[in-house]
Amino acid sequence: QKTKEGFFNKLGRAVAGKDRVDEEVLDELENVLIASDVGLDTTIKIIERIEARVAQDRYLNTSELNHILRDEIVNLLAEQNNEDFDDYVLPTTERPAIILVVGVNGVGKTTTIGKLAHQFQQRGHKVVLGAADTFRAAAVDQLGIWAQRVGCEFYSKGMNTDPAAVAFETVQYAKKNDCSVAIIDTAGRLHTKFNLMKELSKIKRSVTKAMPGAPHQVLLVLDATTGQNAIEQAKAFTEATEVNSLALTKLDGTAKGGVAIGITDQFQVPIRYIGVGEGIEHLQVFNKRAFVDSLFGDTF
Amino acid sequence: MFDNLSDRLEGAFKSLTGDNKITEINVATSLKEIRRALVAADVNYKIAKEFTDKVKEKALGTENVLKAVKPGQLMVKIVQDELTELMGGQSVGINAKGDPAVILIAGLQGSGKTTFSGKLAKFLQEKRKQKVLLTACDVYRPAAIDQLTVLAGQVGADIYKEPENKNPVEIALKAIEHARQKKYDVVIVDTAGRLSVDEKMMQEISDVRQAISPHETLFVVDSMTGQDAVNTAKVFNDRIDYDGVVLTKLDGDTRGGAALSVKYTVGKPIKFVSTGEKMDALDVFHPDRMAQRILGMGDIISFVERA
Ligand SMILES: Nc1nc2c(ncn2[C@@H]2O[C@H](COP(=O)(O)OP(=O)(O)OP(=O)(O)O)[C@@H](O)[C@H]2O)c(=O)[nH]1
Ligand SMILES: Nc1nc2c(ncn2[C@@H]2O[C@H](COP(=O)(O)OP(=O)(O)OP(=O)(O)O)[C@@H](O)[C@H]2O)c(=O)[nH]1
Ligand SMILES: [Mg+2]
Ligand SMILES: [Mg+2]
Repeated sequence: QKTKEGFFNKLGRAVAGKDRVDEEVLDELENVLIASDVGLDTTIKIIERIEARVAQDRYLNTSELNHILRDEIVNLLAEQNNEDFDDYVLPTTERPAIILVVGVNGVGKTTTIGKLAHQFQQRGHKVVLGAADTFRAAAVDQLGIWAQRVGCEFYSKGMNTDPAAVAFETVQYAKKNDCSVAIIDTAGRLHTKFNLMKELSKIKRSVTKAMPGAPHQVLLVLDATTGQNAIEQAKAFTEATEVNSLALTKLDGTAKGGVAIGITDQFQVPIRYIGVGEGIEHLQVFNKRAFVDSLFGDTF
Repeated sequence: MFDNLSDRLEGAFKSLTGDNKITEINVATSLKEIRRALVAADVNYKIAKEFTDKVKEKALGTENVLKAVKPGQLMVKIVQDELTELMGGQSVGINAKGDPAVILIAGLQGSGKTTFSGKLAKFLQEKRKQKVLLTACDVYRPAAIDQLTVLAGQVGADIYKEPENKNPVEIALKAIEHARQKKYDVVIVDTAGRLSVDEKMMQEISDVRQAISPHETLFVVDSMTGQDAVNTAKVFNDRIDYDGVVLTKLDGDTRGGAALSVKYTVGKPIKFVSTGEKMDALDVFHPDRMAQRILGMGDIISFVERA
């Protein structure tokens, strides 16, 4: 908390008492962006846009900078992420809708699935969770406990079974039992592991085999604490499974998750959900403006 | 996307000098390149700046760079040496002697604490022939106790657990008592993940630490952590004054700049690196390899997953 305030106060000071956006202000701005994990390339892109506006409008003063900066970043996000959803909506009108959840180890996949199932269930959808992480110790139990909490259906074949088979059968289960949505959990895997990424592609293919057109959503979960490696993650998972939406977790901590800006900028994959805690209610639908506002706080 | 730092530095020197004359300006430009490389590797930007200031002093102080035929390479060497020294010179072992020795494991959610607890048990049993008791003090995460139970089974260690008890201080104390009676050499206490801003949870871990006075407290950090590493490392250090750091998930392609940030901020040694999900994927820390890795010049093969 202290660090957060100190940081923005510093930007505040660089801005205060100045009537023009000058080099020093831009430098401070660059620091804020870097410290939020936005990354060098995207930071430079943002700074250049601000510079261009400063050059164009010579009377631009520092009080306007605040709005312009937020606007520019929201615009940057909007280029790839044009619609913000207001609510939890299933990715398709087809039933069952199939969501496949992927990501590196420990980012919050299973927890996000539990929270998301809860939201869908609350909106009257019948949900089944498929336990296709058959590898990590007690992964099936963990998802089973979430299913119980949510009060939704649960499909598992136990540990050390073929994850592609579990995924396939989860879809079949969803069809047979008139579920409106199936959410399939997968084992965490580092994007650099060739065999594990191949396995993931196989899981996805078996979902398609069970239901043409599925999975309707491939949700890549990213930990907001992650730095620039998240970009490599996005690249590799998108290649292996055609990721079409992102969830950003652990935003209740001090990490600001700025890397998500770079990722939306470079991969044209919209952020759909954010995780803000470990509890069942701690999921929110992503909103560009709110995210950018939280990135900067309100001190400046 | 990560160019080799050496190439970038050579470029920085060449681009500014039509005639091979090396000036302070080129040194400044190359420092900027180094800073950028560090930030791209997730080193905290303030630390990257302080670090390059130090490098500059060294480079200009010796006047070597100004005279060198290949100033880019010399800069790389200075950076690499400085970084290696900063990362801790040589590796430091853990204190697992006591009656029983108590080791407390703490860190953020999902950083790899439970997995590391299992690995450490295996390590101590095999390398030091110690009898280890794993203790399940994560009373929050769904199936946390089951997870540790499975890992304990995999490494052939015993586990102490109280599924109905929601008080980690009590569980830890009873585990130690149990270990004393049953003549265990080491008790490893796995705890729940927590955020540094979660006051209630930070108080809990500090209470556990106070109650059990561990011989060794280890802070587990995900090597993919970005700029926030500094903040978290500092808050945890203020609250539990840990003895060492465990760097996890180094089997991927992260450059791991967080390692430098943590070391620089709290000055505690990095003791272990975790390089996979399996129970034998544990290494002692090599400062020189880590320095090379952060600079993008590491021998990635040494981190590649074992078969
Ligand atoms: N503070 C906080 N913790 C979270 C959030 N999402 C998940 N977690 C915690 O992060 C840890 C890991 O979450 P999991 O859901 O098990 O992550 P996973 O990606 O399924 O992990 P693997 O299956 O092992 O790869 C757990 O302790 C969760 O409670 C969040 O939004 N905020
Ligand atoms: N690839 C890889 N995965 C790892 C490593 N260490 C842990 N993991 C994985 O990371 C995920 C999280 O590990 P855990 O040990 O559950 O992490 P934790 O810190 O105990 O998590 P919480 O108790 O929820 O805070 C699991 O999927 C582990 O298998 C590692 O060194 N490399
Ligand atoms: Mg999981
Ligand atoms: Mg754990």
